[in-house]
Amino acid sequence: MTTALSIQQLTKIYGNGFEALKGIDLEVEQGDFFALLGPNGAGKSTSIGIISSLVNKTGGKVEIFGKSIDTDFSAAKKELGIVPQEFNFPNFEPVFDILVNQAGYYGLPRTVAIERAETYLRKLDLWDKRFEASRHLSGGMKRRLMIARALIHQPRLLILDEPTAGVDIEMRRSMWSFLRELNEQGTTIILTTHYLEEAESLCRNIAIIDHGKIVRNSSMKTLLSQLHKEVLILDIETPIQTAPQLEGFSCELADEHSLEVEVAKEQSVNELFSLLTAAGIKVTSMRNKSNRLEELFVSLVKANAA
Amino acid sequence: MSLKEQWIALMTIVRKEIKRFMRIWTQTLVPPVITITLYFVIFGNLIGKRIGTMSGVSYMEFVVPGLIMMAVITSSYTNVVSSFFGAKFQRYVEEILVSPMPNYIILMGFVLGGVARGLGVGFIVTVVALFFTDMEIYSYPVTIGIVVITSVFFSMAGFVNAVYANTFDDISIVPTFLLTPLIYLGGVFYSIDLLPDFWADVSKINPILYIVNAFRYGVLGITDINVGWAFTMVGIFTIGAFLYSLHLLNSGKRLRM
Ligand SMILES: Nc1ncnc2c1ncn2[C@@H]1O[C@H](COP(=O)(O)OP(=O)(O)O)[C@@H](O)[C@H]1O
Ligand SMILES: [Mg+2]
Repeated sequence: MTTALSIQQLTKIYGNGFEALKGIDLEVEQGDFFALLGPNGAGKSTSIGIISSLVNKTGGKVEIFGKSIDTDFSAAKKELGIVPQEFNFPNFEPVFDILVNQAGYYGLPRTVAIERAETYLRKLDLWDKRFEASRHLSGGMKRRLMIARALIHQPRLLILDEPTAGVDIEMRRSMWSFLRELNEQGTTIILTTHYLEEAESLCRNIAIIDHGKIVRNSSMKTLLSQLHKEVLILDIETPIQTAPQLEGFSCELADEHSLEVEVAKEQSVNELFSLLTAAGIKVTSMRNKSNRLEELFVSLVKANAA
Repeated sequence: MSLKEQWIALMTIVRKEIKRFMRIWTQTLVPPVITITLYFVIFGNLIGKRIGTMSGVSYMEFVVPGLIMMAVITSSYTNVVSSFFGAKFQRYVEEILVSPMPNYIILMGFVLGGVARGLGVGFIVTVVALFFTDMEIYSYPVTIGIVVITSVFFSMAGFVNAVYANTFDDISIVPTFLLTPLIYLGGVFYSIDLLPDFWADVSKINPILYIVNAFRYGVLGITDINVGWAFTMVGIFTIGAFLYSLHLLNSGKRLRM
């Protein structure tokens, strides 16, 4: 199997002495859809900055498809497409020219550049805007233009830094399906997010980063299966004053109309309901207390801080 | 990157740079032409008539080469400093920094953009000058050689300024407090023979003196200083500026965090 991205012992100390990365190791296989998840300030953008050579690293190694960003600079960069967190367009430049120029920076002949610009503008639904100056685009359009620009040299690895921040739900869904399709066609994709649903719905593998350290790195499945507890909220028909004693389940009264019950992974919900029925409690509706991934995330981050 | 790819990348920057200053031509091409025309009218025509001759030629003839060089110098410098600082300020320099382009191509691209504007403005100003005076070129190789190398040097100086600049003020400090005085004291308006020995010697540490005199020699065949020495000086300055600019790009100073 080919490794698309390999990071070893990556460290970064900024000019003001702040240690943003404290020795990061990461491997992403070719074809993967990978999430780098972490709270604000965790070091996601710093890592991506180093990979794309916008930030100078303090120590460590980065290889893109086996090519070192230090010793094989040009070849490494040709493999990489980057969608930065913040817009970085020439404000007055028309959309079409932005793409054609970017292709030129990668050494693509102008005829090829013009063809590709059309292809990606159509794919990302920006063709009608091709003569607009970039500053006249909406936030969502700018995001898509950044994706088109990152793909113009057809890189094998695409990295997106919080691509759906500030993008409305509909646009987010269509961006997700675009990325899924791209991944199915063979592009390796890494995205950073602090939006958990995004990682859960798109990505096969995940690394969680906090305070400049990777605190967890596994497949999304393994991660989710390790969540052994869920809290269910049950709305009940008749108000009660004290929580019922349910053998094997811990149960609390949230208010007189709802119960919170912890269900471990090996326990059966059927059993819970038989106990409730036996206690004469009638459940009218039920929901999860919170996103499980979110809870795990919070607990990992807490553990790291401790 | 292959040589062909590097060439394409280079031409992409150059084309973009030329498009930029052409698009805003009222800010880039018109002002120097107006300023220099005013100089022609006032110093050359009105006051010049009273001054009589300088170094054996009419004052108008004397002052025109210096004024052309002044336009070339400021246009080259300003083009690169504003374009590259703009790229940094709006962050689209990142488009270039993430690309596989080698640093010397980035530098050459911006420098050639500055040279294009410097030579373009120089050409327009020369055409305007022809309305005021006849110009016979004494030596084409010297004239063209010094214009090109000067424009290369000041484009690179503008690049260095842009790399260090953090605010728009920072890109006007050098032109206002350094470049303009050096140009005015660099023998554009007078021959340093007019100065007391001491100030004539002090003037000789001003690189613009060499540039202006070499150019005037190319046009008129008269000079205050040795022309070979002028080329050597400007050549050394240019190589120095090239190496320094490249060093800035390689180290990523103020460009890569
Ligand atoms: N140029 C900089 N100088 C100093 N500190 C910085 C700089 N850029 C980022 N940081 C700090 O490094 C940490 C990581 O930032 P970043 O990588 O942007 O986090 P994330 O993208 O995960 O939100 C933050 O604490 C941030 O304040
Ligand atoms: Mg970030």
